[in-house]
Amino acid sequence: MTDNSVIERHIISVLVDNEPGVLARVIGLFSGRGYNIESLTVSETDAERALSRISIVTSGTPMVIEQIKAQLARLVPIHAVRDLTEHDVAIERELALVKIINKGEERIEALRIADTFRARTLDSTLDSFVFEVTGNSLKVDAFVNLMRSLGSVEVARTGVSAISRGNCIDLEAK
Amino acid sequence: MPKSAPAAGDAKDDTANAAMMMPGAEVLLKALEDEGVEVVFGYPGGAVLPIYDALFKNNKIKHILVRHEQAAVHAAEGYARSTGKTGVVLVTSGPGATNAVTGLTDALMDSVPVVCLTGQVPTHLIGNDAFQEADTTGITRPCTKHNYLVKDGERLQSTVIEAFHVAGSGRPGPVLIDLPKDILMKDASYRQDAIRAVATARYQPVTRPDPAAISQAVDMMIRAERPVIYGGGGLINSGPRASELLTELVEMTGWPTTLTLMGLGALSASNRHFLGMLGMHGTYEANLTMHGCDLMLNLGARFDDRVTGLLSGFSPNSQKIHCDIDPSSVNKNVAVDLAVIGDATMILEALLAELKKRKFTPHRTSLDKWWAQIESWRKRDCLRFSQTGDIIKPQHAIKRLCEMTAGSDVYVTTEVGQHQMWAAQYFDFHLPNRWMTSGGLGTMGYGLPAALGVQVAHPGATVIDIAGEASFMMNMQELSTLAQYNLPVKMFIINNEWMGMVRQWQELIHGGRYSESYSASLPDFRKLADTFGMTGVVAQDAGDLDAVITEMLETPGPVIADIRVAKEENCFPMIPSGAAHNDMLLGPEDQAEKPVSEEGMVLV
Ligand SMILES: Cc1ncc(C[n+]2csc(CCOP(=O)(O)OP(=O)(O)O)c2C)c(N)n1
Ligand SMILES: [Mg+2]
Repeated sequence: MTDNSVIERHIISVLVDNEPGVLARVIGLFSGRGYNIESLTVSETDAERALSRISIVTSGTPMVIEQIKAQLARLVPIHAVRDLTEHDVAIERELALVKIINKGEERIEALRIADTFRARTLDSTLDSFVFEVTGNSLKVDAFVNLMRSLGSVEVARTGVSAISRGNCIDLEAK
Repeated sequence: MPKSAPAAGDAKDDTANAAMMMPGAEVLLKALEDEGVEVVFGYPGGAVLPIYDALFKNNKIKHILVRHEQAAVHAAEGYARSTGKTGVVLVTSGPGATNAVTGLTDALMDSVPVVCLTGQVPTHLIGNDAFQEADTTGITRPCTKHNYLVKDGERLQSTVIEAFHVAGSGRPGPVLIDLPKDILMKDASYRQDAIRAVATARYQPVTRPDPAAISQAVDMMIRAERPVIYGGGGLINSGPRASELLTELVEMTGWPTTLTLMGLGALSASNRHFLGMLGMHGTYEANLTMHGCDLMLNLGARFDDRVTGLLSGFSPNSQKIHCDIDPSSVNKNVAVDLAVIGDATMILEALLAELKKRKFTPHRTSLDKWWAQIESWRKRDCLRFSQTGDIIKPQHAIKRLCEMTAGSDVYVTTEVGQHQMWAAQYFDFHLPNRWMTSGGLGTMGYGLPAALGVQVAHPGATVIDIAGEASFMMNMQELSTLAQYNLPVKMFIINNEWMGMVRQWQELIHGGRYSESYSASLPDFRKLADTFGMTGVVAQDAGDLDAVITEMLETPGPVIADIRVAKEENCFPMIPSGAAHNDMLLGPEDQAEKPVSEEGMVLV
């Protein structure tokens, strides 16, 4: 049996009917049953068939992760559930918009760091930048932390979106 | 499938099946008729008046007017659980819908198929805090299996089809359809039959078990030396065939079998392999057999906390096979060795076929040894009580009720409390669908309206609500409904003048500080019956009991029997919260010796 004391982080992708209330059902499931949501993103991915894809980052013991998947799968508007962490196939990306307000040396340093993180400069004034950075959550965390040490910072993050590597389709509609 | 969500419009191309146009309320009733609905339990109000208007002209669907919307849902539950059909509820917007919430939650916890139709303010007013507006789909999302807000009349018919499909298939449960008044009034299309396949396509739970899992289960069964069958409500929900197959399995294997509160009746109480109910107030032999087994075959039960007690001490040395239609029930509370997902009937058929194919014979010597052990536990006679003196023991009252109704077609509902547990312990059920009780939610006030629903479904049967006096008062407005339809429900009130179960916990866990648990200012139940034009009888002492039961059973129409029982009797055996199966209190002698642990005290 798997060790049930370790907390694991999992990325779960879900294909749902894009209908009213579907997001509330998913979120209500997590809050009602006391599961964690580290991030959740959702957007329509197939307009013709009105399907949306939800990416959820959650953490829990293996038993709880199994429960989360089983509970999701039994919701009526849900077509498919896939745990992308399971075979280590997930490519995960997150986008953050980071505004930094600073001056002088720190401003130059911020720009230099942005460059090494391949962040794009979307806006600048004499005492501020807005950077766009993408990457996995760890990279985004690192970037944001560095910026925080260099000025006043405001952050908007999308949360994780994920898809599997390789030549198979993660989620098929019913 | 071509479309993500079914729409009546999907059948547009089918010229052979052209749409008929009619007001939404009439589409609704036609769709209900197509689902075979004969009875609706409901209560009118502004938002559903178009439906009531259509009902007025309809002669196929019978409406039972309850006196409170909570009761409408419990009545539908009683109807559903005693027939296997889906129960239907019709209530208005706002307070009508919020009153139904307890019933819906009850049906969700006990997996009862119910479709609840709620009125809603017209679509253009939704979100405006209009009169009698409530966010019904928002409020009921966590207490329904699924719910809908119909914003387009063209989706009305397909929504009803999907709702009944969802309520009744897989693990059954309550489904709610919120119906804005303008949708009910405007014309919408109705089609005969062409859209069913589309409307049911997206919810298709697995019912047929995986043959590999069946074969593995049989491997484990063949090796078992100290087996037990642990059956639950899934056996009842699967239909009466599952109970027949269970009986066949029990006879073929000779294995000891226990049932949960929800599963009672799946195996006849008189079957010699039956150990009685298990769990918090289960029998000594059932709980110790569960504790000591080496193979547990769970058929349609969910390892509820009332059953497992202390999880770390639950059946520590067994392999566990869990057969369930709901994959989310597996490994939720208890990690199992094998899961078999499917419908109980199909699983039992497959198991029996595989066992026969492999010419299964039980391990005679080890099974005999196991039974000898179980018999020694049985000898403790854990449900023993002695009826001496004039004061009626509640156990005796229920036992006599059982004996005096034996052989007739009896349906029993209960309220919640000690009387409920005594009914489970002392009333024998031989068939499925005869026992309706609120297990998961433990809703006081369930029994009377549930009995009402059962009686509507089975007009000629004897329907008894075994009640506690406190619970009875939670929905006693339904006496008026019984009177109106002359539903001959027998209300057998185990009147101990206490919220007995609360008093028992206060005695055992809170130092006998009986805070607010006395049933003060009770009505005179005989006079209460009288004001509703029905019969009331009272049993004051043991000598009266049989005569009162006879009078209750033989008087036509509804009867309230006020059975004055011993006030301070406790319900045993009991596994206190936080204790393991082998740590039971068998009677008052034990309760002093085994104080409840501190961890146990926080549990419910
Ligand atoms: C709606 C509701 N409120 C409160 C409770 C908590 N509760 C459980 S049993 C009980 C007492 C029931 O008293 P009574 O109906 O007289 O039954 P008895 O235990 O005396 O047989 C109470 C208050 C409940 N189960 N349901
Ligand atoms: Mg009482």
